[in-house]
Amino acid sequence: MSENIKIAIKNLSFYYREKCVINDLSLNIRGNEILCVLGPANSGITTLLRALNRLCDLDAGVSMKGEILLDGKNIRDEDVNVTELRRRVGMVFDVPTPLPMSIYDNIAYGPRLHGNKGRREIDETVESTLRMAALWDDVKDRLELPAMSLSGGQQQRLCMARVLAMNPEVILLDRPCSGLDPISTAKIEESLTELKQEFTIVLAPHNVQQASRVSDRVAFMLMGSLIEEGKNADVFSRPKDQKTSDYITGRFG
Amino acid sequence: MKTFRENLSGYIFMLLALSSISALALITVFIIVQGAPLIADVGVIDFIFGMTWAPSQGEYGIFPMIIGSLSVTLGAVILGVPVGICCAIFLAEFAPVKLRNLFRPAIQLLAGIPSVVYGFWGLIFIVPFIRDYLGGPGLSILAASVILAIMILPTVISISEVSILALPRQYKEGALALGMTHWQTIFYVILPAAKSGIVAAIILGIGRAIGETMAVIMVVGNATAIPTSILDPVRTLTTNIGIEMGYASGEHRQALFATGIVLFIIIMVLNSLAQYITRKK
Repeated sequence: MSENIKIAIKNLSFYYREKCVINDLSLNIRGNEILCVLGPANSGITTLLRALNRLCDLDAGVSMKGEILLDGKNIRDEDVNVTELRRRVGMVFDVPTPLPMSIYDNIAYGPRLHGNKGRREIDETVESTLRMAALWDDVKDRLELPAMSLSGGQQQRLCMARVLAMNPEVILLDRPCSGLDPISTAKIEESLTELKQEFTIVLAPHNVQQASRVSDRVAFMLMGSLIEEGKNADVFSRPKDQKTSDYITGRFG
Repeated sequence: MKTFRENLSGYIFMLLALSSISALALITVFIIVQGAPLIADVGVIDFIFGMTWAPSQGEYGIFPMIIGSLSVTLGAVILGVPVGICCAIFLAEFAPVKLRNLFRPAIQLLAGIPSVVYGFWGLIFIVPFIRDYLGGPGLSILAASVILAIMILPTVISISEVSILALPRQYKEGALALGMTHWQTIFYVILPAAKSGIVAAIILGIGRAIGETMAVIMVVGNATAIPTSILDPVRTLTTNIGIEMGYASGEHRQALFATGIVLFIIIMVLNSLAQYITRKK
């Protein structure tokens, strides 16, 4: 186990009613890496991410087989506290989801609800997480304004800061740049490479180029099955599977 | 030929649409024409703040009725709104689909019961209950508040529920993904986000409570005095009209229309307030 495995997915199959969305998938996610889970729409990537923090529990008619181990502990065990799991495994969605409150409160309310603390400590959290998300300079003079007044890219970075404020271990990002302009995207990618010093990051990129830019390792999924996984350089320069090759060179998808 | 038909049907629809608007306009004008001269005669201040309602002596003060309407409505809001909002939260957030499908039509049905049935039920059950266990004549502010609280439930529940369900599901998922519990999500995210819809639901409920007549006539006691407790009988603006319209004539009848003007203004203000709040977002 010298590889520092943070999350181990073993033979995971996932069903919405009769429909199989993830088919017998096994994948290791190592600590302090950026793993890009790549694939065309409807490949089961969002479902995979939502399974990792059990957000899929909210959906009706789901069932799953197999195991997901976080630090060696099955996240579906009876004694797992789902709320605590979701704090440890934070998530950023494909559309920015700031809550209807001020910029400051969007970040502060998570720590507050978890029994935090003095005004000063929260101030520090707000500043440090906004810096990590590369948003501090944009908003430091208007923290009391509603979060909805920010631009789309700023909102998305705010959502990242909000997740960071919960002091998670793993961050799931589900196509976080899909609606953003190139400059915002660049800023988010830049902060991701900073963040992997401290966190484990699972990213569903919104295109192949993004995966090649930021990932340490890449997993390629198609129709719910894992086709190939490996180091960035290996997958992009010497894909083992013809389907992977076709996808990353843009022949389909 | 085609264009002639198109135009014709356009005009017909416009005519029908206008007829419903003009009904509103006609009623408004009629009430004002009938009631305004009396308010002018008595004086706006004396009419609204006058303590004595004695049509036979030519005294027209509706202040006790205004107090009656306000107290009955306030009681209905205090009793009905918390229940209604909790019920909406339950339906939107907790109820299993089967239960929800059972509850929704049941609540709609609650809105369909004729108000005279509510009033009769109140007269037979609520009024004696209050008289026996709490004292007073039974016909009281409290009795009317209880009945009205039940009557505003469908309005409060369905509008609050719709405004909760209309929230983007990312609010909820975003909060849950941060490690909030379900309750924290409801209190800190969902309710604040649905606030404008819920406030509108409350205001429309108030409008319904203030405008209700038949059920209130039957349980409220209709005494034209300022109440000193919630067990005292009062008369509301609506019941004043409902009770006396049968035999009123001349100036007396004008005074009832004038009461209607006051009621009309209150409800217009409430409805515009509700619209303003929902639109502001």
